[in-house]
Amino acid sequence: MLFHLGRYILLLRLAFKKPEKFAVYWKEVMREMVSVGLGSLGIVAIISVFIGAVATIQTAFQLVSDFIPKAIVGTITRDSTILEFSPTITSLVLAGRVGSSIASQIGTMRVTEQIDALEIMGVNAPGYLISPKVIAGVTMIPLLVIVSISLGLLGGYIACAASNEVSTADYISGLTDGFKVIILQVSMVKAFFFGFIITSICAYQGFYTSGGALEVGQSATKGVVYSCIMILFADLVISRIML
Amino acid sequence: MIEVVNIHKTFGDNYVLKGIDAEFKAGKNNLIIGGSGSGKTTLLKCIVGLHKPDEGEVIYDGQNFTAMHFVERVEIRKHIGMLFQSSALFDSMNVQDNIIFPLNLFTEMSKAEKIDRANFCLERVNLAGKNKLFPSELSGGMKKRVGIARAISVQPKYLFVDEPNSGLDPKTSILIDELISEITTDFQTTTVIVTHDMNSVMGIGDHIIFLHNGKKWWEGTNKQIAHTNNKELNDFVFASPFMQAAREKL
Repeated sequence: MLFHLGRYILLLRLAFKKPEKFAVYWKEVMREMVSVGLGSLGIVAIISVFIGAVATIQTAFQLVSDFIPKAIVGTITRDSTILEFSPTITSLVLAGRVGSSIASQIGTMRVTEQIDALEIMGVNAPGYLISPKVIAGVTMIPLLVIVSISLGLLGGYIACAASNEVSTADYISGLTDGFKVIILQVSMVKAFFFGFIITSICAYQGFYTSGGALEVGQSATKGVVYSCIMILFADLVISRIML
Repeated sequence: MIEVVNIHKTFGDNYVLKGIDAEFKAGKNNLIIGGSGSGKTTLLKCIVGLHKPDEGEVIYDGQNFTAMHFVERVEIRKHIGMLFQSSALFDSMNVQDNIIFPLNLFTEMSKAEKIDRANFCLERVNLAGKNKLFPSELSGGMKKRVGIARAISVQPKYLFVDEPNSGLDPKTSILIDELISEITTDFQTTTVIVTHDMNSVMGIGDHIIFLHNGKKWWEGTNKQIAHTNNKELNDFVFASPFMQAAREKL
């Protein structure tokens, strides 16, 4: 455990050393941003709409009382979507999509000697391979979470429109009622750290792959599992600290 | 010239290199041969800095490479070209981008100059016009040739080649050997080739080092190899009846 933690920290230190040529690294960052951001937009959109709709329906189902205003359904959906559903569930899904791709891509480069080739050329391999992915993760995952929040709330609206439980007017009234900026801040902080966790842990697993195709698969699996555990742990810590 | 002085390397309990001394001269095809597990690839990786020797030094033209820090090594690495056993082309890049990759990072050449250089390297390995193909679209022999083109794009002083003929048919193997030999002569590179292909040994072995049990067991040229009395070397080189028959004619 301590061995892996130490090696992980040393790898990240190497990854953020001064690049050999900024322009080449910048191009890689842009490429990774497109891969992480645009590449994940579809799956994030789909899960967000459904999560928002389900959260609204289930909240409405549990608040069956004449003493509770219907608008509260919108407020609960908004807060739970912004604080928990969008950052955490989106990140767990992205750990599977982006994380496994990073671990298997770097792992394959390791077992096919492509990383050795970079090192022979005098390229700082962790810097060239890992830092663009981490930068893309910490910038694009918060943006994806913003998209997820918007679509989640839209999903809730669609659920209201499709059923008679809560009117859309009550839902919108609930959404706009008593909004605190802190919940958005917490959400963005979570997204930033989750982006870092997914990209760095999966890159670490890929970078230290040894063997062949079987081990590449194992690295991808380990990367996703460890990322998911660390996301949930970080979720707890950030919520405890910031709320 | 590259000098290897008293290199030792272990992996856990496995004592792979047991004090290797050798010199690899410029403009010569220096071959490291030996059976599987004899330590030839480990020696090559120690020379290029992918493995850190437990003891000993690797000296590039008087500069102690082993004692250098990563940043200091970059200056020497700019002059190193290497062809890997698996070619190690970057899958995400096409042939041209693979070749100009080191130029992008370490030179101030304009885009047009880099493309000219890539075209020159591709012509040199008889792959002119294949710039836009991706590694997945190339045959094994073509990948090796693109690997060589990438290695020579930086005009290397030192060229390292790991098992250049593995997985290739005999005709392509001969082409690759000839290409490496021509590059060594034309660019006066210090070329170190790890191989267990006997055609390469007899064809281009200007200077051969035979490793056995982690030690340098024999050293000489391809002309001397047929007349040596070294039992282990003879068992290795002339293992097949064909090679035994060929030896009698030499």
